[in-house]
Amino acid sequence: MAQQLQQGLFLALAGVAVVAALGVIFNRNAVHSALSLLANFVALAMLYVLLNAQFIAIVQVAVYAGAIVVLFLFVVMLLGAGGEMQMGGWLNWRTAFIVAAALVLLTLTGTAVFEGTINGAIGTATPEQIAQVGQTEAVGTALFTDYLLPFELASVLLLVGMLGAVVLGQRWRGAIAGRPSGEAE
Amino acid sequence: MIPLHWWLIVAAALFCIGLYGVLSRKNAIGVLMGIELMLNAVNVNLVAFWRYITPQVLTGQIFAIFVITVAAAEAAVGLAIIIAAYRRRDTVIVDELDIMRW
Repeated sequence: MAQQLQQGLFLALAGVAVVAALGVIFNRNAVHSALSLLANFVALAMLYVLLNAQFIAIVQVAVYAGAIVVLFLFVVMLLGAGGEMQMGGWLNWRTAFIVAAALVLLTLTGTAVFEGTINGAIGTATPEQIAQVGQTEAVGTALFTDYLLPFELASVLLLVGMLGAVVLGQRWRGAIAGRPSGEAE
Repeated sequence: MIPLHWWLIVAAALFCIGLYGVLSRKNAIGVLMGIELMLNAVNVNLVAFWRYITPQVLTGQIFAIFVITVAAAEAAVGLAIIIAAYRRRDTVIVDELDIMRW
């Protein structure tokens, strides 16, 4: 019974995630695209809870749904790109090629999933033990002991990203003040 | 217990939708949204493999956290590039940003 409940929940959330992802791609209005992205992120966060990864779920909501979607919406509103989200011609060679590429990738991954066998190391700790320790505590311990160097590198990466965003967003003296009429090419 | 295959199929579907978005969207913001979808699909795979194969080592979750970090930095820098390009070229349509084409 609990298994059927879990599977039903999984199917419902996965359906929401996939439909929202399609909405991101096919919505012509950029604001609607960003809101579909939000729905996709929230559905994925719930799927993470289903995977017993509560910490990732919270981080997903905080970083993706909280920060990144707001950033997207901010830029969409700033650039006023509300109505100009065009898909290009519908039935041309380019669209056909892209659909074919995506379908080939899906077929390849699907075949790999169903044909391959996955062997994992069987350890001593069980998910129940991990759940007892507490997800956040376990992740934090691993992050600050075994993965300290990547953690510090990630902080450097974030600093560089922040500086890069500030520099790129700066209005340079000498750049074209108004419209880009006479761009040297 | 949900079979591992289901997770992998959902992640593959999300990745392919994101790939289609990256290749087909003309708006640079839409392209970035497609990249976010692809990164999320990878995260689902990482966490699912952690849960089903090595629940005793938290590597999958740690990797997912790093992917989220990189995605955040990438979104910030990418959107800054889009704003800078819009300032100079007055467009965010990637077909018209062809100054480096030869």
